[in-house]
Amino acid sequence: MRIDPHHGVVGRAAPRTDALAQASGGLVYVDDLSYPSMLHGKILRSPQAHARIVSIDTSAAAALPGVHAVLTGADLPIAYGLLPVAQDEHALAIDKVRQVGDAVAAVAADDPDIAQRAVELIDVVYEPLPVVATMNDAVEIVDEPIHGDGPRNNRHREVSLDFGDVDAGFDRADHIREDVFFYQGNNHAALEPHGAVALVEDDGRLHLWSATQVPHYLHRIVAKVLEIPEHRIRVTANPTGGGFGAKTDVFAHELVAAKLALATGRPVKLILTREEVFYAHRGRHPVLMWIRTGFTGAGEITAMWFRTYVDGGAYGSYGPASLLYTGQLQTTTYRIPAYRFQGVRFFTNKPACGPKRGHGTPQPRFGLEVHLDKAAEDLGLDPVTIRERNLVHPFSTTVNHLRITSCGLADCIERVVEASEFRAKHRNLPPNRGIGLAVGAYMSGAGLPIYFNDMPQSEVLLKVDRGGLVTVYSMAADCGQGSTTMLATVVGEALGLDAADLAVVTADTDLTPIDLGSYSSRVTFMAGNAALEAAMKLADLILTAVADELELDTDDVRLGRGVVLAGDREIPWPDAVRMAEARWGLLTAAGSYKPPKGIRGDYKGAGVGPSPAYSYSACVAEVDCDPETGFVAVEQVWLAHDIGRAINPLLVRGQIEGSVHMALGETLMEEQAFRGALHDGPSLLDYKIPTALEMPPVEAILVESIDPEGPFGAKEVGQGPLLPVMPAVANAVHDALGIRVDEIPLRPDKILAALRDRERDGQGRYGPTDLPAYEFRPPLPVDPPPELR
Amino acid sequence: MRYDADMVEPQVEPVRLEVNGIERRLFVAPHRTLLETLREDLGLTGTKHGCELGECGACTVLVDGVAVLSCLALTLDADGAEIVTIEGIGSVSHPHPLQRSFADHGAAQCGYCTPAMILTAKALLDRDPHPTDREITEAIAGNMCRCTGYLPIVRAIAAVAAEDRP
Repeated sequence: MRIDPHHGVVGRAAPRTDALAQASGGLVYVDDLSYPSMLHGKILRSPQAHARIVSIDTSAAAALPGVHAVLTGADLPIAYGLLPVAQDEHALAIDKVRQVGDAVAAVAADDPDIAQRAVELIDVVYEPLPVVATMNDAVEIVDEPIHGDGPRNNRHREVSLDFGDVDAGFDRADHIREDVFFYQGNNHAALEPHGAVALVEDDGRLHLWSATQVPHYLHRIVAKVLEIPEHRIRVTANPTGGGFGAKTDVFAHELVAAKLALATGRPVKLILTREEVFYAHRGRHPVLMWIRTGFTGAGEITAMWFRTYVDGGAYGSYGPASLLYTGQLQTTTYRIPAYRFQGVRFFTNKPACGPKRGHGTPQPRFGLEVHLDKAAEDLGLDPVTIRERNLVHPFSTTVNHLRITSCGLADCIERVVEASEFRAKHRNLPPNRGIGLAVGAYMSGAGLPIYFNDMPQSEVLLKVDRGGLVTVYSMAADCGQGSTTMLATVVGEALGLDAADLAVVTADTDLTPIDLGSYSSRVTFMAGNAALEAAMKLADLILTAVADELELDTDDVRLGRGVVLAGDREIPWPDAVRMAEARWGLLTAAGSYKPPKGIRGDYKGAGVGPSPAYSYSACVAEVDCDPETGFVAVEQVWLAHDIGRAINPLLVRGQIEGSVHMALGETLMEEQAFRGALHDGPSLLDYKIPTALEMPPVEAILVESIDPEGPFGAKEVGQGPLLPVMPAVANAVHDALGIRVDEIPLRPDKILAALRDRERDGQGRYGPTDLPAYEFRPPLPVDPPPELR
Repeated sequence: MRYDADMVEPQVEPVRLEVNGIERRLFVAPHRTLLETLREDLGLTGTKHGCELGECGACTVLVDGVAVLSCLALTLDADGAEIVTIEGIGSVSHPHPLQRSFADHGAAQCGYCTPAMILTAKALLDRDPHPTDREITEAIAGNMCRCTGYLPIVRAIAAVAAEDRP
């Protein structure tokens, strides 16, 4: 049922409910926690990328005064991983290490200095093994694969799927284009390093605080690895100092802090250094792509073949899902009548990759949008027209069985093209200036939970006290995106109350009902819907009680702003609440959300990509390039985003501007690069992110398509707006200089190399040409949905 | 370097700081940073740790009115100095105009860089009450923010500067 807002709470650009706490330094992050007799944990990490552990001697560390516990892999022997299909990690290495930075041993000591001294006294003897540093290395079948000795060796996962008749699609094409792209990996660089605090509560239960986006998954994995029943563990997610996916995995330090607290019986704090954060990583996967697309003479896509080669690093993490994401969402923006997707993820001896804002989709989106721009040029079309000719239709089904509902993409394109004067500027700007267009789409929450179950993905509990205070309980973890404010706003709108007048209790497994976590842009849609359902039930209880008390028909009683309107009377909210408590007893209401059935296909891999709704974005970027230095200055960005409905426009615009910042960092300067298997610069000095001086003006344009299933029509905004920025800049550089850098980041040296290539009568291109010598298995045919057959 | 198990604790030295208007006399080890002293000895956790190498700016405090990276400053070097942390300029109940403006403009998302950003802005406005947007941008260029793209931060600071204009 579609519910429209009418109390003026939703749609108001209001500050976050915790904004003043943030601005006054009062918000308590995990590193701000302190407990009496608290110890400090430290992890010893491997300097070797791939090595057998011959021996570990911890005796000197254990003997150091002030050291209370020393752990090695033998103390935490159970393997884990966030995905059920990727149980390949240990909290502390057992038998061998697989990347520089792997956790090998840990201590708890009276202060951080002693802890540091203690880990340096641990003597580990390694026997180095051949290092697999690149995807080309990982293709080879080797004697000592990174994980086990199964038939796949270092080839972690493979996908090979055919949707519709791909060969026939190419046969009927008037024009076929092939391109190769590379997208380098990069790190989230959230300002707050990861950390955890653990202690044993008075009742003997373990309490773990962590800077995590996924308290529920952390809860399950701590129970598994420590062999303690879930009900004997409490997990609290502190507000995180930035997430972006960095804190959606479970990490060694969380398990080690918990184990050290149990081993010592004392509170233990363990905060990572910035260098450790770069080695913990779980950031953007490096992806090499090969794309082949057939077009009619008019520019309509007849078939697409998309291959991705994904460098996973040393562990599975979210990788099996990341791999599928490199192929699944191409169909959400364009009608692709026949689609072949082949992808492979390799293990290499480098920090494990995982989800970063956009999870697996920015890389193929970059490739696809630049590829389309090139095809438009081949066909004599402009970049707007080729996209408009292929736009996905609202309320349709894609060839790979994704259900599209509301879609404001056409509006997004029109709005950015108009605002930027794209048509007048494209091909017409002065020398070295250029303008580029690209689009993107993202999920409003993954349709399936990480572990298979049929229970709700978000639950919200409301409780009302006699003073009229409504408290919202939800496990949703605020990682800066504003989920706590969103919950207060949705419930406030439904009840006619100011968001700032509600209380919200979040992210605590003892106190709050399930929310699967702050990942896949799921919280507004899913927790928002659960909150809305609970609020509607609560409203019904209160209105019924007031109607009965005043002997009115229920149709004559409705909610006003802070009051119940009963006939010609206005009952103040607290009075109405007391009437309802007298009638019903303790006032509570619960809401649950799980995505509708039937939004996915039934092929292997169909679980990744479905979402109850997709957000859409279009971006235009204007650049000024210096052909002498290769430096690209982004002068302005226009970004239109189909948000469904903006629950809080201030926070929505913030997500758009923030996405542009992160996207420009990836586009121009950020890369998690390696020398062999050693990180090129695991510090924020070496790993550059844009400062205020590199940030151009951003015109954020909100398009409200009012999704029929979103809470008050809302969809996501945390990740989608990032996606079109990288290709928009790359297309703008082409417009400016006439060259193509088919790689991210677009470093100045690559721009100069492409300019030199053009001078040598080349194509004016810099980018990859060769693909790993990997043979995909024949694609598994999947019938398109009935309406496309 | 390797430490010997029987290595002696470094000698502590006396230091006098004026922190948020209150005189604090402490004994600290020579290697203790101002960040550690503020957070761990004085419990002023509004100052944040982001990189411990002077790269991110999250630990910025005011030392004698100048924005300083407290992770690179030794406490002993601050002997006799006046130090202002985020707790010293306002609170949830009595926010400083910059704190109020940051809240109203959505200038904080995760909030981790916010205290340092506000102190950097305060140092700027104290020496130049009416900076241009460009001057604001230059002033905060040493403070990283990963959430907002800086734009609402510049708007928040500019709004305070405009309010103050006669």
